[in-house]
Amino acid sequence: MAIFSAVVLSMPIWMSPFGAAYPDILQKFVIFGVFAIGYNILFGLTGYLSFGHAAFLGVGSYTAVWSFKLLSMNIIPAILLSVLMSGIFAVAMGYIALRRSGIYFSILTLAFAQMCYNLAYSVLTPITNGETGLQLAKSDPRIIDRLFSEAGEGLPSTTLFGIETSGYSGFYISAVIMILAFYVSLKIFNSSFGLKLKAIKSNQNRMRYLGFNTKPYLLTAFVISGMYAGLAGGLLAATDPLAGAERMQWTASGEVILMTILGGVGTLFGPLLGVIIIKYFENIFSAVNQVDLHSFYALLPDWLEDIMVAVSSMFVGEGWHLTLGLLFMFVVAFLPKGVLQGVEIGYKKISSYFSKSPTKSTKKADTGANHGE
Amino acid sequence: MLFNLMDAILLQLLNGLDKGGAYALIALGLTLAFGTLGIVNFAHGALFMLGAFCAVTFNKLLTVSKSVKDESITFFDAYKEVPYLEIWWGDTGTAIIDYAVPLSILFAVPVMLLVGWALERGFIQYFYKRDHASQILFTFGMAIVIQEIIRHIFGANPIPTPAPDVVSGSANIGQYFGLGDNVVYPWWRLIYLGFSLCVISAVFAFLKFTTFGMVVRAGIQNREMVGMLGINIERRFTIVFSLSAVVAGVAGVMYAPIVPPDFHLGMDFLVLTFVVVVVGGMGSLPGAVAAGFLLGILQSFASMNEVKEIIPGIDQIIIYLVAVVVLLVRPRGLMGVKGVFEN
Amino acid sequence: MASKAVLQVSNVLKTFGGLKALNNLNLTIEEGTVHAIIGPNGAGKSTLLNVCIGQLTPDTGSVEFDGQNITGKSPHQISQQGISRVFQTPQIFEDLNIFQNVMIPALAQADGEFTFNPFKGLDQRKDVEQEALRIIDEMNLTSQMYDRAGAMSRGNKRRLELAMCLVQKPKLLLLDEPTAGMARADTNQTIEILKKIKASGMTKVIIEHDMNVVFSLADRVSVLAQGTIIAEGTPQEMRESELVKEAYLGGATI
Repeated sequence: MAIFSAVVLSMPIWMSPFGAAYPDILQKFVIFGVFAIGYNILFGLTGYLSFGHAAFLGVGSYTAVWSFKLLSMNIIPAILLSVLMSGIFAVAMGYIALRRSGIYFSILTLAFAQMCYNLAYSVLTPITNGETGLQLAKSDPRIIDRLFSEAGEGLPSTTLFGIETSGYSGFYISAVIMILAFYVSLKIFNSSFGLKLKAIKSNQNRMRYLGFNTKPYLLTAFVISGMYAGLAGGLLAATDPLAGAERMQWTASGEVILMTILGGVGTLFGPLLGVIIIKYFENIFSAVNQVDLHSFYALLPDWLEDIMVAVSSMFVGEGWHLTLGLLFMFVVAFLPKGVLQGVEIGYKKISSYFSKSPTKSTKKADTGANHGE
Repeated sequence: MLFNLMDAILLQLLNGLDKGGAYALIALGLTLAFGTLGIVNFAHGALFMLGAFCAVTFNKLLTVSKSVKDESITFFDAYKEVPYLEIWWGDTGTAIIDYAVPLSILFAVPVMLLVGWALERGFIQYFYKRDHASQILFTFGMAIVIQEIIRHIFGANPIPTPAPDVVSGSANIGQYFGLGDNVVYPWWRLIYLGFSLCVISAVFAFLKFTTFGMVVRAGIQNREMVGMLGINIERRFTIVFSLSAVVAGVAGVMYAPIVPPDFHLGMDFLVLTFVVVVVGGMGSLPGAVAAGFLLGILQSFASMNEVKEIIPGIDQIIIYLVAVVVLLVRPRGLMGVKGVFEN
Repeated sequence: MASKAVLQVSNVLKTFGGLKALNNLNLTIEEGTVHAIIGPNGAGKSTLLNVCIGQLTPDTGSVEFDGQNITGKSPHQISQQGISRVFQTPQIFEDLNIFQNVMIPALAQADGEFTFNPFKGLDQRKDVEQEALRIIDEMNLTSQMYDRAGAMSRGNKRRLELAMCLVQKPKLLLLDEPTAGMARADTNQTIEILKKIKASGMTKVIIEHDMNVVFSLADRVSVLAQGTIIAEGTPQEMRESELVKEAYLGGATI
């Protein structure tokens, strides 16, 4: 745990050789890390595939921004409220959706998320501000802040008791929260509660016949993971105080699913790894343009250069989503348990190669000796 | 007042049937893949979108043009683009271009067959034995890929694809029903409704009256059994998947004049049609069709101002709401087949 | 000295479509006995067990367990009251290892049907662990304790499932063909284990086709045909009953 914290907190240092040491992407790593850790508690432990978690992320963001508008620019109430609010949403959604399992559950959560998304764009515009997205305004009341100080000039920024929550400090605050979130998930994984969830995934009927009421277990897992999503949404708003409905679209749920399975569903570190891989490459790939490509292939002959640029340009910049889709297909097809599993298989192959090779060579030596005779 | 209401209801009914036609067609293909292959195909919406882009492509192919000096402008040398077809065949050429969308069905059917075949042989066949979650995720990735390729080729903007001139106007339906001149409805949408009914009947006839269809229906009832009878199940699976791709494709072709297709069209329809399938009952073909029309009509009526005044926002969520209620009250959907997709 | 009835099935009717799977069935299982239920295929044996554990609700009639009416209760409630079942095809947690497989029912005893304690690590459940380890040892599974359950042989899966049921210390254990599809040696081993449990005085209901097993274990035998009990008695009586032979050999018409 201590090592893990050290690794996370030192990310600005060891990420710099990769060109990812600036606060914006580091924040994304840790915030989506929270999201994926939470998603993993549901999907990884119970096997219930939810397409509705983006809705909680959105609810968290909206709640946090409203807290900035109405209560205080301090992120503490904002984050607490966003976790609470998404928790309430998760109870409502989970209570209904968990009456069914398998693909029906997936579609129910999908339907719920789409409802939230559509409503956010239509009748709920007074709350969500529709397509423009919810933003801070000078005229917001901010009741708690007003108790202590007069409204200042210009838009205030989000703080944690005076510490700015954008930039590096924003990263450190989010990182600490993520470490806590990770610690909680670690505890859940190692608890009897976690074991029961894994058993539900393996054979839910058996669980019932052994005397467990599986509904509350599933609902608890669903709500916990919904609250994680809300926490992530709150953090997104805390580091950049605006919220838009596009965060709630079901394809955004697809992204967190991809992160989780890419790293390894049901493993502790997998989801984090998945987040880093995806957010890192998203950052790199979507920033690349034609000029970069031309310089990259500059050594090739011109005609080949042009072909290579044309082909690669499909996958970068705007085409990042294409790469993402291909990655999705590849991972599901060949590494259903994620990159960590891939590494493990590779490691096993290599180690078995090394452990076998001495016996092979002795055999060879034997035959060689026989020949000699 | 009474007549106004009647008008509105008739109009919404048509609207609903129309939308329902599209839902039903897509849901039909989805259910075919579900029921026979056991595949949860999240790329089905992308196939519908691909169909719409077949129309776009065909339209573009027909209107490949040559720069010709514009004789009508005499002050300076002006050039205009004239399609080759027009140059070669004159008025016949223009007529062909005018009928690009209906004609592109002829183009779309082989293309979609090929796409369906390629996807099934290339990917889907390896997922029959995997769990539904993997299928969903894999086809979801596939949908993204198809969608992004289309965006790469055609750009992100919707591409208007006009219907033939003759039917681009509106029909004065009200007159036929003696309701006055207030009910006008676009001809093309009426055609779409008729078309979807034809395709649906064709699919049902195919399943009902051919031996192949019988095997498919038997497959929906009991997949293992059909496999055990020694029927070459693999080839049939390929055909069924291609068939579902073709149904989605032609639905997309004809839809192009209604909503100018963009790369995102598939995803928009996907979620809706999944809901349709679930409401109809997983694996039930009549259920899929009935639920398609039902939800289309419900959605239309929910978007009437009179309804929206009572329950704001209902038009946005009605379909999902219905799905939630149906799933909770009738877990198997309206016409669900017992034992399909149950654990 | 009449002993106490643990399970009392009264006038239970269960139909599937037009088929009467259980037709006004009455059955009493007395405490401490091993009660075998035999009958031809399709007689309703498995349906009877399903009704007893709450997987199916009877159309009419009632099931009483330990003096309480359990008709219509959900499987987990019935299990918590003390009925465990070994299934015909082993129902185990294939993805977990053997130790975990046994830990879970042990936890069901300790935690009840739902406990939310996500911060209490498994290493803090020594008492539960002791119990699980003891049963694993009793079943001779210690050497494979950390193997994935799904990878085991069918015989071992059955033994594991038996272990999972025993760790719950049920008042009533239902065994659905515990030796079906087993090799001779495995069958004998299972009989030995079941004899050992018999000595502990736990009430058991066994559905079995193998008459050797029935006669070496059972105190009482009921014969089920077409959804009703057509005969009941000691194994010896059943062996000699004409009615039973008829039920097994020709279509029984009662």
